[in-house]
Amino acid sequence: VPDAAVLRVARLDALGRFAALVALALGVFAAVLLVFGRNPLRAYADIFSSTLGSTYGFSETLVKMIPLMLTALAAAVPSRIWLINVGGEGQLFVGALCATWAALHLSALPSFLLLAVMAVFGFLGGGLWAGIAGVLRARGWVSETISTLLMNYVAILLVNFLVFGPWKDPEGVNYPQTAEFAAGAILPMLGGTRVHLGLVFALVATVVFAFVLARTRWGLELRAIGGNAEAARRNGIPIGRYVVVLMVIGGGLAGLAGMAEVSAVQGRLRPSLSPGYGYSGFLISWMAGGHPLGIVAAAFVLAVITAGGDILQMTQALPGAVVNILMAVVLFVVLSRQRARG
Amino acid sequence: MAAVLRSLLSGSVVSGTPLLYATLAELLSERAGVVNLGLEGVMLVGAVVGFIATVHTGSATAGLVAAALAGGLFNVLFAYVVVTRRANQLAAGLALMFCGVGLSALMGARYVGSQIAGLPEFRVPILADIPIVGPALFAHDALVYAAVPVAALTWWVLFRTRWGLSVRAVGENPVAAFAAGRNPWAVQYQALFLAGVLGGIAGAHLSLAVARTWVEWMTAGRGFIAVALVIFSKWHPLRAIAGALLFGGAISLQLQMQALGVPISPFLLDMLPYLLSLAVLAVWGGRARQAAPGSLGRVFQGTQ
Repeated sequence: VPDAAVLRVARLDALGRFAALVALALGVFAAVLLVFGRNPLRAYADIFSSTLGSTYGFSETLVKMIPLMLTALAAAVPSRIWLINVGGEGQLFVGALCATWAALHLSALPSFLLLAVMAVFGFLGGGLWAGIAGVLRARGWVSETISTLLMNYVAILLVNFLVFGPWKDPEGVNYPQTAEFAAGAILPMLGGTRVHLGLVFALVATVVFAFVLARTRWGLELRAIGGNAEAARRNGIPIGRYVVVLMVIGGGLAGLAGMAEVSAVQGRLRPSLSPGYGYSGFLISWMAGGHPLGIVAAAFVLAVITAGGDILQMTQALPGAVVNILMAVVLFVVLSRQRARG
Repeated sequence: MAAVLRSLLSGSVVSGTPLLYATLAELLSERAGVVNLGLEGVMLVGAVVGFIATVHTGSATAGLVAAALAGGLFNVLFAYVVVTRRANQLAAGLALMFCGVGLSALMGARYVGSQIAGLPEFRVPILADIPIVGPALFAHDALVYAAVPVAALTWWVLFRTRWGLSVRAVGENPVAAFAAGRNPWAVQYQALFLAGVLGGIAGAHLSLAVARTWVEWMTAGRGFIAVALVIFSKWHPLRAIAGALLFGGAISLQLQMQALGVPISPFLLDMLPYLLSLAVLAVWGGRARQAAPGSLGRVFQGTQ
């Protein structure tokens, strides 16, 4: 039995190392900004004061955290059996598209029913989109990594096609967007902020994911496949079916994120639906090693960075994409550490 | 009709060129056993550095050299993470892509909208006067002419030199290569630097010869298409030429149809290259997999 004191020291050590890694990542990004003649201290002050310094800022960070958690789960669920779903972005767009169809065509339904239908459509849209990649993989035709990546572009173009063409709001002058959703198609907000019911979706999905993994036959079979696919196959576990089902569930969660975004954040379908939530979600899942609690923590960190990017664009006239550097550096640091430790 | 055919052919060659350089970059790196999903970022860094250097020196050649070096160095960062630190290649590759997107946006912010003369066009005497084929194939910039020779050179280096043998040995089985006295880490660093140089050139062709301007994220997924093209070409540099031309053709066809005012939404036409990639992989992918380097994507842990 290990001595409690030893454990505490080990934990302090780990915490210290974690702090050092975060400091390293922040330092590298600061150096990059300095090289390009920007003031990193002001940039950090802006990022942190705008996201953590006020109730409003904090609630906006939570709003960003919702799609990040769901798209992270979209990558984490298939990753249990080493499937690499990099298509969260496209699945989010297709989910948003399907939910939008429901919002525009079924607006006569009572609100709770309409929202439920939109959520189901969003889930199914994203899920079936990812399911294509799952089937291609299960048949051994195309690696899901490359197919999900390519399908991202197709999904985004599909949304563009619709909002510039058949679905364009006739009263929207020339903006590429659909008509505004009816009030019944908007997810309820929580406590007078812009944080919406999607947060509950994301948290419930995370808890269910954790529960299924730890406590069900399903989770056990997944661990068997993840541990040794060949042995699992010989024990009669239908691997092909799991491949497709996990891709559908993962894609469905990303689609749900898309539904929540169009419904609660945008109120209509626009091509600027996501600043790359799907890709960030994939990185979150990796940073967390697919662990449910880790996903919540990493999603929060990336939500701060993403929300910070919006602020830098306004206060420092930096391109919004600049925060991608910070995100990448954080990930490099985390990835380098994972392997070196193991 | 002749004019359309000429633009289509010429467009295929021009659009296929950056794809070919990018495909060769990915191919070289995968032959050494490293999947690089960050090629998109490498291309962007090459595109922006090449553009900035051209604006300041007034010479597109200087821009091209700068782009190649920048691409190579940027890819060495990736090599450090995946070779020395042994990080997961797919995740690190995506992180590299993000890094490239952000870095190029930061560097290029002041140059959005600037115009340059770009790489000069050389008309090959006599040949360029052949109807249709002449102007389509023999009135381009130097990078277009160099593309096929570079592919041949890549083949020669990989299959006819000692170093190429090392690269392939490390990609197949790093432990055996190590036992045979090669240093897998050094070989992978070298291969990734060269791959970065090719990726930088691919990006530079977009900003210096095709667009002649800098636009954020101007590669628009070409780095990912290149990854698909490597599978299509079964990890063979000469087959990559055909693949790049086919995909260049898809991009060119879409541009031509838009120019002709074909009543199909440009967004649907834009899907062509991606759908074509998927279709090609679905048909060829399963069989091509056997041609993949043996330890592609795995991390060499050393021998203990």
